[in-house]
Amino acid sequence: MSQPTTQARELSQYLTFILDGEEYGVPILKVNGIQGFERTTPIPNAPAYVMGIINLRGEVVPIINLRKRFGLQEGTLDAHTVVIVVRVEQADKTRTVGLVVDAVADVYDIKDENLHSTPDFGGKISDTFVRGLGMINEKLVILLEIDHLIDWKRVAEPEPEAATAAA
Amino acid sequence: MHNSTSGHSQLEEIRHIFISECNDGLDLIEQGLLELERGNNTLAIVNDIFRGAHSIKGGAATFGYTNVAEFTHVLETLLDRVRTEELGVTPPLVQVFLEAVDVLRAMVQAMESGEDYDDAQAQTVQAALIGWLGGEQDAVAPAVAMTSATSTTHADPTAVSAMASGQREAKGEDSLAPQTAPGILWDIHFKPAPDFLRNGNQPQHIFRALAELGTLTLQPLLDGLPDFSAFEPETMYLAWSLTLDTQADAARIREVFDWVELDAEIDITPRQPLPEKAAAPSHAPPPAQEAAVAEQHAPRLERRGGKKDAGSIRVDIEKIDVLLNLVGELVINQAMLNQVTRNRSGRHGKELAGELEQGLLLLERTTRELQEAVMEIRMLPLSVTFSRFPRLVHDLSARLNKQVELKITGEQTELDKTVLERIGDPLLHLIRNALDHGIESMEQRQAGGKPATGEIHLGASHEGGSVVIRVSDDGAGLNTERIFQKALEKGLVEADAKLSDSQIHDLIFRPGFSTADVVTDVSGRGVGMDVVRSNIEEIGGRVQVHSERGKGSTFRITLPLTLAILDGQLIRVAGEVYVLPLLSIVETVQVNAALINVISGREVVYRLRGKAVPVVDMREVCRIAGNAVLEDYSGKQMIIVESERRHVGLIVDELLDQHQVVIKSLETNFVKVPGMLGATILGDGTVSLILDVTTLAQTLHRARRGDDHAVATITH
Repeated sequence: MSQPTTQARELSQYLTFILDGEEYGVPILKVNGIQGFERTTPIPNAPAYVMGIINLRGEVVPIINLRKRFGLQEGTLDAHTVVIVVRVEQADKTRTVGLVVDAVADVYDIKDENLHSTPDFGGKISDTFVRGLGMINEKLVILLEIDHLIDWKRVAEPEPEAATAAA
Repeated sequence: MHNSTSGHSQLEEIRHIFISECNDGLDLIEQGLLELERGNNTLAIVNDIFRGAHSIKGGAATFGYTNVAEFTHVLETLLDRVRTEELGVTPPLVQVFLEAVDVLRAMVQAMESGEDYDDAQAQTVQAALIGWLGGEQDAVAPAVAMTSATSTTHADPTAVSAMASGQREAKGEDSLAPQTAPGILWDIHFKPAPDFLRNGNQPQHIFRALAELGTLTLQPLLDGLPDFSAFEPETMYLAWSLTLDTQADAARIREVFDWVELDAEIDITPRQPLPEKAAAPSHAPPPAQEAAVAEQHAPRLERRGGKKDAGSIRVDIEKIDVLLNLVGELVINQAMLNQVTRNRSGRHGKELAGELEQGLLLLERTTRELQEAVMEIRMLPLSVTFSRFPRLVHDLSARLNKQVELKITGEQTELDKTVLERIGDPLLHLIRNALDHGIESMEQRQAGGKPATGEIHLGASHEGGSVVIRVSDDGAGLNTERIFQKALEKGLVEADAKLSDSQIHDLIFRPGFSTADVVTDVSGRGVGMDVVRSNIEEIGGRVQVHSERGKGSTFRITLPLTLAILDGQLIRVAGEVYVLPLLSIVETVQVNAALINVISGREVVYRLRGKAVPVVDMREVCRIAGNAVLEDYSGKQMIIVESERRHVGLIVDELLDQHQVVIKSLETNFVKVPGMLGATILGDGTVSLILDVTTLAQTLHRARRGDDHAVATITH
């Protein structure tokens, strides 16, 4: 192994999770914690992928249903459903949000040389959410651009009907 | 004087108090002066002003702010003439006094921030004051005497001499050289520790060193001497009271004691309360220019509001006592609960539960009271903000050559400090606008059959759960056509848009909108009403304008009392719990189907004691996927809420408890949600949304007009 700086090493660590049979990764430094799914308080008029808000140690944190956000098939929410709490940045503002996923998979070191850009790889989700593809032992992991997950300007309005239908 | 770090910070603290007292004093003086100008020339007012100036002078001298002390002295001398009725109160005199207040304010601000103030301005005003004294040097003589007596070797000669000698001494000259200044008397208390001699110290060395600085008088204090039999030759029993006549400053004197500091009590005080260091250095005054002085006037007004210390608050001692009592009760309460749990052996569960319940009840009450008391500390009367406006109106109306009277009412209304601090600038803007654009010139007013003197009314009052501030003027009112034209030019509206007058008036709050034909230096500097609106909305408030052509305009600002806590009524809608601000609730009624009217198939109104109240189905407002909207309201609970002086009936599924809730912003991790004030965490740890009655009603109103998208975009 070459001698990467610690920072570069840390930056290339990813927490991966499973969503609809596929493995996705988020930079581990963006992850605040992992917890079980709990009841959320719905926000009126919000798009369907915003499940609501929860009390996270005294802080009010929105919960995003990633399946719905990506337009995937709806899954079941049960005691095994996991919420990954991440910090997302947009326009100089950092927010804490919870992402509902099927299950947490693993933590990987992904070297920069194993990162690939995303030519229309034909994945299930929109390119705007994807930062790149990581190759781990012949396995592909979709690395998410979590800062782009939510369009904060429009998150308080219901989605236009057409957009929800297309997937 | 400060000889240790703790002493230093203590001094710093006292200095801080002094500065804030100076500011208060200046406010008082200013208010008094404006009273005087209005013709209320009573001795009591003059005395108040005099006292204010006097205490600033005293404090400034104690803390070594020679410049302030000097300046105030001249001011005080002149005020004394007014007090003894040697001098009559005239507007030009009041004007000079007001300018003096400005100078002092700048000086005080300079001590606070450590920055420089405008010395040229100070010189000019001081000269003007002296001019009013008849130019006689006698009158100012005490000031000169005092300064020279008090100036010390290391004092900044330019600052002290130039100030002290007023006009007589040419600016910037160092003619009052430190050497020529007579020394001052210092009292030094010197009490060596018993081990003083054993540690190898010799008092005579110290005395010799002191004697080199000036004339030293020694007075030994023999109180500490023991009986002869108990006398130990190596123990120090003596203390001295020393008097030193010197030009050296405290630091220089202290230096002598450097080696024995730890082995003795040393207290060095000047006989006259006087500085150890020169006042904040001020630049050698550039030639005073009238124009420059005049120009500086406007910016200074603006600086004043923003820069006051944001970090501290002065609290009534009574409020603190209440807090202490409550904390005491809390401690007793805790002890009581402890006792209950400790003595639980051999007692019935029922009995125990009863006692616990009682304890908890008490705890709940105390906690609530404590919370209220803490909130109370943050509440300050609006007069804190309002007090700066009379001066503003006074100055601006003179510059605009208009006669305007500012009427202030309800200034005792209390608001949370954070809200209070941030409402100042929007209000300033509104008042300035009213003066500049609202009130017409005297000729125009008379031509229009109005009294020559215009009136601006600044009023505050409680309304529902909020505080309402109104800024109204009896001026020209908004020019509806011109606003529309302007909006058209800026592309804010379509040419064929059909807007009501009030909708057009609302356009002035749009970004990039300014109708002033001439950009004056008073207003119309590009910062528009949109900033006013966004500033107000940032603190959870709203602003509306009502205007009538030729009669004037009223800006109505609604503000929350506090940003942190709210009395809430918990309600259930479609299975979810929401919080409704208790203060907006008027009453609760059970819906009688016979009183429901449906207008044009959509609008639902309820006849309540002869009045038609629009009905809002909360299931419709809190629209969550899958919520069915009710068809039949009969027998349902309807909460009548007040919003902008209109009543609206909210249909809810269930009324729950009332709770005090802590408001958590939804914007921290999410975004502002239309119709919601924020969220809160309930006793069981779940999150509830807090409904914003006002935007709720507006939201629905727009939605009903068929413009469904407005539901989401209303807050933009």
